[in-house]
Amino acid sequence: MTRYVMVADLNRCVGCQTCTAACKHTNATPPGVQWRKVLDIEMGEYPEVERLFMPVGCQHCSDPPCMEVCPSTATGRRDDGIVTIDYELCIGCSYCAVACPYQARYKVETPRFSYGDTPTDTEAIRFDPGRIGVAQKCTFCADRIDAGLARGLTPGLDPDATPACANACIANALTFGDLEDPDSNVSKLLGEKTWFRMHEELGTDPGFYYLWDEK
Amino acid sequence: MSTAKFGRFGTAHQTSWDWRAAANFIGGGTGSALLALTVLVSLPGAADGPLALIALAFIGAGLACVWMEIGRPWRAFNVLFHPQTSWMTREAYIAALIVVLFAASFVTGAAPASFAAGLAALLFLYAQARILRAARGIPAWREPAVVPLIIATGLVEGMSVLVLVQIVRGGATGWALALLFALVAGRGLAWTRYRSALLASDAPRSTRATLETMHRSLLFAGTAAPLVAAAIGVVAPGTVAVMGTVAALAALGAGWHAKFLLVVRAAQVQGYALGNKLRRGHPLAAR
Repeated sequence: MTRYVMVADLNRCVGCQTCTAACKHTNATPPGVQWRKVLDIEMGEYPEVERLFMPVGCQHCSDPPCMEVCPSTATGRRDDGIVTIDYELCIGCSYCAVACPYQARYKVETPRFSYGDTPTDTEAIRFDPGRIGVAQKCTFCADRIDAGLARGLTPGLDPDATPACANACIANALTFGDLEDPDSNVSKLLGEKTWFRMHEELGTDPGFYYLWDEK
Repeated sequence: MSTAKFGRFGTAHQTSWDWRAAANFIGGGTGSALLALTVLVSLPGAADGPLALIALAFIGAGLACVWMEIGRPWRAFNVLFHPQTSWMTREAYIAALIVVLFAASFVTGAAPASFAAGLAALLFLYAQARILRAARGIPAWREPAVVPLIIATGLVEGMSVLVLVQIVRGGATGWALALLFALVAGRGLAWTRYRSALLASDAPRSTRATLETMHRSLLFAGTAAPLVAAAIGVVAPGTVAVMGTVAALAALGAGWHAKFLLVVRAAQVQGYALGNKLRRGHPLAAR
């Protein structure tokens, strides 16, 4: 069995949003849609204030509330743990968006471009009308993973089989890999460091782990 | 952004479902309960045809509103693909069942078909409540006490319309007001239970503020006023028409208002949080 997960090291993340930009570039998401983004968090009251950066997005849960509620079966979960959306099936009811505890889903009703109504050359080429009026979210760059696997590459190790955000991270804060493989990069990190998952109490079994060495 | 270390942050108002979704809960709740209650008061015969048609119109209007909200309306029948777990799919199937059973009852005049349509209507109401309950991203909806609240609110709305129609027809009775009294009292209890549970939870501040607006509306207009008016109508039969109208309009208006607020205003998203359980060791090691 395989379960692909993302590990985000909060002690390493510098909040540069390179992952955000890489995701937008790779997946051609319109303005206002960020499948991957980094939260800038300030906690506490002066002078006891802490600041950290937290990458968020679809957590690719093993019990995804979005899939449970989806009336059209557009949301599915692959055997490798990646939660997907079939844009051809989705009716755009947004039930998944209100069921997701991670604010990971977006729906764009009309085409949006960076500079008004006219798309740039790149936007015109990469515009996908199939994504209008339906739910969309992070795919863990599933097509990239599949293409890499077909070439015998290892997701998480080989860039051509690894999500764009993890490839782009300048601080090596994002690591992708197979949780079920005890020798994978993510297994080693999780075995060595302290970690948590967001909103575990909701029973979603998220596939996004946060390393945090609380000082 | 300032937050306690393990508190939630980044909560925001959900913008996915607007007044059209609220209209589905308002129309669906009112219509389904009206149909079930119409069947009940018509026993042992078939349901009153015009009243049942009004009920279906409410349900249909609600579903039409939600159809206008979906991004791909011409794929609407895809809603039927996931009855295994999706309450939205189940709601759609039950709506179709209600139409079929009502049509059978209407054409044949068979009371059993009418009775089955009433039961299906109750199932529809339950499905609507479970739709909200399954939205795990919205604290105000995922609270388990939302299920009895939505059912109780729907029953009050349906009974209110039934009383109003009876008054227009000149056939309102003290019994109808007594039933409305009981249902309003039940809704008051369901609301109290829901509100207490939500206030004891970690619901966002904005949700709590909306809850107080709902509380004032449901407490005075939705509970106290209809209880007093219905009680007067029951003990003074000469006032049934006037008191029934007051009780029904107050109960109906407050219920619709509360549902609108619940869907449109109280629905703050979950937000983000740091996990408060730091662990060491491979996650699968405990298997």
